[in-house]
Amino acid sequence: MKKVFILENLDCANCAAKMENAIGKLNDVESVSISFMTTKMVLKADEDKIDTVIAESKKIIKKIEPDVVMKPKV
Amino acid sequence: MLKKRLIRILAGAAVYIAAILIDIFAGLNHWIVFGIFLAAFLIIGGDVIWKALRNIARGHIFDENFLMLIATVGAFVLQDYREGVAVMLFYQVGELFQSYAVNRSRKSISELMDIAPEFANVMRGGKLETVDPEEVEAGEIIVVKPGEKIPLDGVVVEGTSFLDTSALTGESVPREVQPESSVLSGCINNTGVLTIEVTKEFEDSTVAKILDLVENASSRKANAENFITKFARYYTPAVVIAAVLLAVIPPLFLGINSLDVWSEWVRRALTFLVISCPCALVISIPLGFFGGIGGASKWGVLVKGSNYLEALAKAEVVVFDKTGTLTKGTFQVTEVHPVEMDEAELLELTAYAEYHSNHPIATSIETAYGKEMNPERLGSVQEIAGHGIEAQVDGRTVYAGNAKLMELKQIPFEPVHAAGTVVYVVVEHQYAGYILITDEVKEDAKEAIAKLKQLGIKKTVMLTGDRKSVAEQVANELGIDEVHSDLLPADKVEQMERLFAEKSKNGKLIFVGDGINDAPVLARADIGIAMGALGSDAAIEAADIVIMNDKPSRIATVMGISRKTLNIVIQNIALAFIIKFAALMLGAFSVATLWEAVFADVGVAVLAILNAIRALRYKEQ
Repeated sequence: MKKVFILENLDCANCAAKMENAIGKLNDVESVSISFMTTKMVLKADEDKIDTVIAESKKIIKKIEPDVVMKPKV
Repeated sequence: MLKKRLIRILAGAAVYIAAILIDIFAGLNHWIVFGIFLAAFLIIGGDVIWKALRNIARGHIFDENFLMLIATVGAFVLQDYREGVAVMLFYQVGELFQSYAVNRSRKSISELMDIAPEFANVMRGGKLETVDPEEVEAGEIIVVKPGEKIPLDGVVVEGTSFLDTSALTGESVPREVQPESSVLSGCINNTGVLTIEVTKEFEDSTVAKILDLVENASSRKANAENFITKFARYYTPAVVIAAVLLAVIPPLFLGINSLDVWSEWVRRALTFLVISCPCALVISIPLGFFGGIGGASKWGVLVKGSNYLEALAKAEVVVFDKTGTLTKGTFQVTEVHPVEMDEAELLELTAYAEYHSNHPIATSIETAYGKEMNPERLGSVQEIAGHGIEAQVDGRTVYAGNAKLMELKQIPFEPVHAAGTVVYVVVEHQYAGYILITDEVKEDAKEAIAKLKQLGIKKTVMLTGDRKSVAEQVANELGIDEVHSDLLPADKVEQMERLFAEKSKNGKLIFVGDGINDAPVLARADIGIAMGALGSDAAIEAADIVIMNDKPSRIATVMGISRKTLNIVIQNIALAFIIKFAALMLGAFSVATLWEAVFADVGVAVLAILNAIRALRYKEQ
């Protein structure tokens, strides 16, 4: 399934690329794309694994840019 | 957020200037001067230091914060307080500027895409309720007042108005709508109150599709972007290692015991580090492409990814579909030539014979007939594929179709050679005359082809299922180089393969179609452009670039935008590389000081960003 998040305070294009790279390497992630310009992250993973994937992604983002907050898109 | 940072920088700058003045005029104790400079440094760069330390703790060493930290701390250790603070000050000013520029372009892009409706007034139980557009179901009735956005796709039930479609099409002329007109979400209702029956739910509506498309555009990255991301991954560590070597190796040979030699080479290494920051590249290249995509959407052209924008600049061959792309695709009866009956009767009989057909030709005959039709007058109808129709009208046998039908039925007739589609009509086995139907060429089609030629397109080709005479007439009129007619959909793909084989290796092949029946060709082309996509979901999905209105001249516009964007990107890459490389060399040979280094870093980044923002604005020549 597909989930969309807004990455608040994302203001470094290089970090966006790093996050995309690192999250893409997670085992259960089908695909991930982070758009620096729209600050949107589109995450695809299996329905029953999505929660762990989201949790892992949050950790990775925190590690790369502690100021960035990952919020579900309403 | 930006304001806070600005205030902090200004405060820090004030302390810094005070520190310089005190240093020059007051002749205070060295440690007091150091203290004031340190205060200025901490006010200005506190967050950078904090981030750098935090990242080191997390094992991420090679980032720009780290570069700044060692460069400035190094300067302090060497007692170059002024330079140390200045480096941080300029770095922060540059960062602030970058954030500002990024915010601005994010804003102008979201303004461009500000087509999402916030609410819908829906009629429920005889009352008007205001709800979220997502909660409205197909079949419900909504009311849109003047000045409001149409929230969902639908059909007008009541009311007439003019719609502003500019947010979707870039078109400034308002569109008139009346009962039975279909309307698209995202348009603004200008003049009258409209009552609309919703035909699609929000997630299938035009506005949702477009928003989704544009927001996801940057996930398909251009080669230039991917290159820069990869480049940055190896570049920063490489530069840090080079800096360390620069600081350590020369002193080993030039004077291992001399403090002066060490401090000189460390200073050079620090300069080297400051210059090396890759920010200018990393930020300005995606920004440029994003600006290009945003600029195109202002013209009513949606580009699905920066890779397509990049490829478009290398276009060599442009292949067009004819109907609906270069011509209006709205057929009109232009001549009625009866034999031994009057025009009205011929038209009436043909209209009835074609009553059940949805083909544009049939529709045009019905429109020309223009009267209420009574299906009871129609008996059995048989369609003869590729030939025409055989029908019983008022008990009379009517054939309507092309010359092949006449031959099939062995009817003596006079073949007509005219540019357009000829429908021959036979009543009770007697040739009754013909109806000529033509499709008008779009007003800007000729200009569109001419502009493409000006932009250096080597070959323009037209592929059509239409007859040779029609196809050639249109091609001549428009100045198209190559034309292939009488093609079935499969033949079109074959023609594309041939064109692929003929073009040069790096040249790109573009196909432009209206999205009806040409999905395979749209997909096969390097870049598929769909025209007149408002309302056609298939086209929006199959194409790489979508022209929202039906003006073929926008192809040249988006090519212009593509070239401008690519030029900007190349300029930025060149600017950053040349200045950085020159500064790195100057730094290593001690010609450049930290001051020049700061310019090489921040100055270049700011220039590159300013340059990138230009991609957002495009004016037609």
